[in-house]
Amino acid sequence: MLRYSLRRLASAIPTLFLLITVAFFLIRIAPGGPFDSERALPPEIEANLAAKYHLDEPLVFQYARYLWQIARLDLGPSFHYLDWTVNDLILQGAPISFTLGILALVIALVLGVAIGAWAALRQNRPADYTVMSFAMIGISIPNFVMAPLLILLFAITLGWLPAGGWEYSPSRMALPVVTLALPMIAYIARITRGSMIEVLHSSYIRTVRAKGMPEKEVILRHALKPALLPVISYLGPAAAAILTGSVVVERIFTIPGIGTYFVQGALNRDYTLVMGVVILYGIIIILFNFLVDLLYAWLDPRIRYDDGEAEA
Amino acid sequence: MKRIPVFMALAILLAACGASDSDDDTPRPPRLPMPVEVAFDDDGRPLPEVLAEEQVLYRGNGEEPQTLDPHLSEGVPTANILRDLFEGLTTTAPDGRIVPGAAIHWDISRDGLTYTFYLDPDGRWSNGEPVTAHDFVWSWQRVVDPETGAAYGRMLAPVVNAEAIFSGELPPEELGVTALSDTTFQVRLDDPTSYFLGLLTHPTTYPVFRPALEEHGSLHMRPGNLVSNGAFHLTDWQVRSRVVLEKNEYFREADNVIIERVVFYPFEDENTEFNRFRAGDLHWTYQVPSAQFSWLKNNMDEALKISPWFGTYFFSFNLTREPFEDNLALRQALNLAIDRQIITERVTRFGEMPTFNLVPPGLPNYQPYKPEHAEWSQEEREEEARRLYRQAGYSESQPLTVELRYNTSENHRKISVAIAAMWKQVLGVRTRLVNEEFRVFLQNRAQRRVTQAFRAGWIGDYMDAFTFLELYHSGHGRNDAGYNNPRYDRLLERIASERIPARRRNLMVDAERMLLEDQVVLPVFYYMTRRLIDPRLKGWEENIMDYHLTRYMYLVRERSQDEAVEEKASEETE
Amino acid sequence: MTEPTRDAFEQALDTREIRGRSLYVDAWHRLLKNKAAVVGLVVLAIMIVLVLVGPMLSQWDHEIPDWDHYSTPPSLETGHLFGTDAIGRDLFVRTMIGGQISLLVGLLATLVSLIIGVTYGAVAGYLGGRADNIMMRFVDAVYAMPFMFFVILLMVVFGRNIFLIFLAIGAINWLDMARIVRGQTLSLKNKDFVEAARACGATEAQVIRRHIIPNLLGVVIVYVTLTIPQVILVESFLSFLGLGVQEPLTSWGALVNEGAQELETAPWSLMFPAGFLAVTLFAFNFLGDGLRDALDPKDRL
Repeated sequence: MLRYSLRRLASAIPTLFLLITVAFFLIRIAPGGPFDSERALPPEIEANLAAKYHLDEPLVFQYARYLWQIARLDLGPSFHYLDWTVNDLILQGAPISFTLGILALVIALVLGVAIGAWAALRQNRPADYTVMSFAMIGISIPNFVMAPLLILLFAITLGWLPAGGWEYSPSRMALPVVTLALPMIAYIARITRGSMIEVLHSSYIRTVRAKGMPEKEVILRHALKPALLPVISYLGPAAAAILTGSVVVERIFTIPGIGTYFVQGALNRDYTLVMGVVILYGIIIILFNFLVDLLYAWLDPRIRYDDGEAEA
Repeated sequence: MKRIPVFMALAILLAACGASDSDDDTPRPPRLPMPVEVAFDDDGRPLPEVLAEEQVLYRGNGEEPQTLDPHLSEGVPTANILRDLFEGLTTTAPDGRIVPGAAIHWDISRDGLTYTFYLDPDGRWSNGEPVTAHDFVWSWQRVVDPETGAAYGRMLAPVVNAEAIFSGELPPEELGVTALSDTTFQVRLDDPTSYFLGLLTHPTTYPVFRPALEEHGSLHMRPGNLVSNGAFHLTDWQVRSRVVLEKNEYFREADNVIIERVVFYPFEDENTEFNRFRAGDLHWTYQVPSAQFSWLKNNMDEALKISPWFGTYFFSFNLTREPFEDNLALRQALNLAIDRQIITERVTRFGEMPTFNLVPPGLPNYQPYKPEHAEWSQEEREEEARRLYRQAGYSESQPLTVELRYNTSENHRKISVAIAAMWKQVLGVRTRLVNEEFRVFLQNRAQRRVTQAFRAGWIGDYMDAFTFLELYHSGHGRNDAGYNNPRYDRLLERIASERIPARRRNLMVDAERMLLEDQVVLPVFYYMTRRLIDPRLKGWEENIMDYHLTRYMYLVRERSQDEAVEEKASEETE
Repeated sequence: MTEPTRDAFEQALDTREIRGRSLYVDAWHRLLKNKAAVVGLVVLAIMIVLVLVGPMLSQWDHEIPDWDHYSTPPSLETGHLFGTDAIGRDLFVRTMIGGQISLLVGLLATLVSLIIGVTYGAVAGYLGGRADNIMMRFVDAVYAMPFMFFVILLMVVFGRNIFLIFLAIGAINWLDMARIVRGQTLSLKNKDFVEAARACGATEAQVIRRHIIPNLLGVVIVYVTLTIPQVILVESFLSFLGLGVQEPLTSWGALVNEGAQELETAPWSLMFPAGFLAVTLFAFNFLGDGLRDALDPKDRL
């Protein structure tokens, strides 16, 4: 297991490298530069700025310089937010985005699995259809429509919750977390329901039942665990979904997380900021997929990693 | 049986959407707070009993500032913060008039080339140090130093040697500014620049505190490091979350500043800001979603402030390429085919003023030239447009195909779509709309290689028609039309050196006329600022430059239940 | 090999082919029994006809505003069945045009991912061994990239262009397809009937054509029906960012985004496009679920 983990982590390095390289050159070939503005800068000043940030060097040199820089964990100065470095910006924003994302994920997992399992036990009964139709709505309504609807209802009409802004307080976090979690609850509920039905029909469960075990125990101890496997594999895509969702949620609720930086950074040609966010997200997704694999192995005794060690 | 959920789900979805529908029908009582009547003491200050207990102003402020360094900054939102943090030699009154700032008075030499400023001896930085003429000398030298990369460095171009220093031919020390004493600051100009005092309200001319810069380098604008000379100083800055300023106790007029703290919130989305205002989180919004006009009129009329701004929304043509190169008739046809009334009434909807001019009205010393077709009816204009279109060699069977470029924004999108539709309806022009994000758009405009017709617009940097006219000098960096007319260039140069105001004004009218007759631009309307202001916020006045300093403002308290009842009773007896 | 035996083999192969077909006939019957899926199928068919024919039936044009009726609610009197948008363009026509674009983006992007994914997955699975290992490692590596960011970057770099939209979305969506197809191919390759066919002397091409592809088809169809709605949602996300299709064309995503801005003042401008979008996504999902059950009741992706 350990050897497998190490090997997996080592294989992440070329992935990351590929990611950095593609992103670096892609953003650089975009037309327009970080210092373009409505008020045209005098050419001398533009040249000075370019020299200051080494933008006048050949791209390959800049690339090498950048790699050397990030090797020292320095993401460089932001080209747009002139008073801050990318490290500053990410350190300020990342905890906020992570808090939101993890909360949404946990809520989605708990509710999604509960709803899915509940529906599976009532397969093809009205309750099942009702719940699953709701789930379909969760998937079919884009979050940029859901968010204003929630604001209109809970913040403006009812006045129960703030309309946006950020603090580490349940009331400020409620609407953004719900917006992020809703589609995931729906996906997880659908997946859980499907796999649960399958497990419940398996011969294994039939055997357990035949032994006379109480139904509650059958479900909680024997059916749920294997039924969770597809949910676990969904977590990888879910992490990516949270990232895109955070772009929408952060903008609509004015939350100073890092999701917006990617879009804003790309639009402002804030090269270093875009790269910083891409690298961070790349690492998160890689780690997440890795964790998913470990969890999978832990839940499913049939899977053994091919490094010859006997473990489960 | 399986059919049920589909329709049920549908019903739920429609109900979810419909919920907002029913909301709209039942007019929610506008939750705007009712302020008490303001009463003043003999000095014109509001009486303490009408003031709100908490003098904290919450203000929505557009996009996050790029930097709080006044010399590097650009953009309206940043300038809003900087005007509270810093003070130039001159400043503006609530109505926008130019009034003494860091300098309490000044002398202008007869030839208009030498300005001597006498600084307020009470002027203090936020750390208690006196503001001196040396601070200004050093700060201005920093602005023109090409190493600094000042975004608006050109503002100081009228000062002797500024141009040569920009291009690196002279060291910054050669700038035509001198500290005659600790409190006397002298500026020498190349040309008598009649709008020079107005320039001095611009953040680029603000002083910065040299020791802080030298000590903290690129971190000098962080809270705790930033030293400023305005009515407020910086106490907190969370990126994309808030900028917090607190009253500067050392400010020379600190006794008259009532607001204790200002919190600026950045917003990327106007609807979000609007929602925050409605939820009572803001006193003052940066803008208003254009779709909400009728709702606002019906529900929040007292809070809605719409006022003229010193800017023009226009389109322009690339004069260096087909189809607009040497094709005056075509440009004129496209100009006349647009019904500006429809655009301002039905698309932008906030009472913008339709125009055929480039320079906005409201300048004290400028009477804009009015083109003849401005007086015609729209039918006459369209008739003439069709004639010119045929004259340019196009017809129904041989229509013009043209690209109309705009940068991503709801408003630009709507206006461009409307214009394309009008061209199609009146002339049969086939317009391809090209929507680009801002940087790409700017670059394409500047390079003039792919552009044909494109959106433009300009907010004046200082109170003078020249801020618009200079854009079309053949050497100007933002002359994206590629207008290259030696006669026009000569006219601009004469304006710059003209000392007699009346003659200068006539020259400027001639210049605008030349631009309009050559149809370099296609003006659509004059900008309006539109925002929501909490009725409890007083001391805010509209002005064309849209400069609003927090130091003149104050919050009054809300009317109590009893007072409201009393008021109602007295209304009924009347 | 003597003539008669060869005939017998061919006969054996033919029967397999017929049985292979009957697999789909069976599946079709199973599908027809699933009411939700049938409703989905019918709704989709109606939707496609509607968005194609709708604009022709209307008196309005999708780009010319009706200047006298901007932001007006649905009404028979004005002739704007779905009302008008903020500049006065007929929302019925725009919803139909938007539907054309959304469905087109969904279909073409899925097609792009299908072509890349199936080819890549089938080759990897069929070759197996080292080649498979390397090819799948690559997929794993690419899988860890924040895709949406690449789509955004591509849109920023190359400007918005409808072809680019589906190319970009398609080009990042192929990974799932490649994984699924590879897994399926790998397991099919070692199945008894494939071995049998090979033992009977069928050529590699025959094996692929007669056994591998027909058996892959099921997974692919299911995948396609479930990918299209996802792609439509991705396009709507791009529209939210202002990176969607170019005016005067539109998409459901773009319309829904415009509508969401006027949620309170002009609810119809959200309701109709959102309704069409949701119904279509519903239909695709129901159909996809139904197809999955019908084609292989046990195999859940």
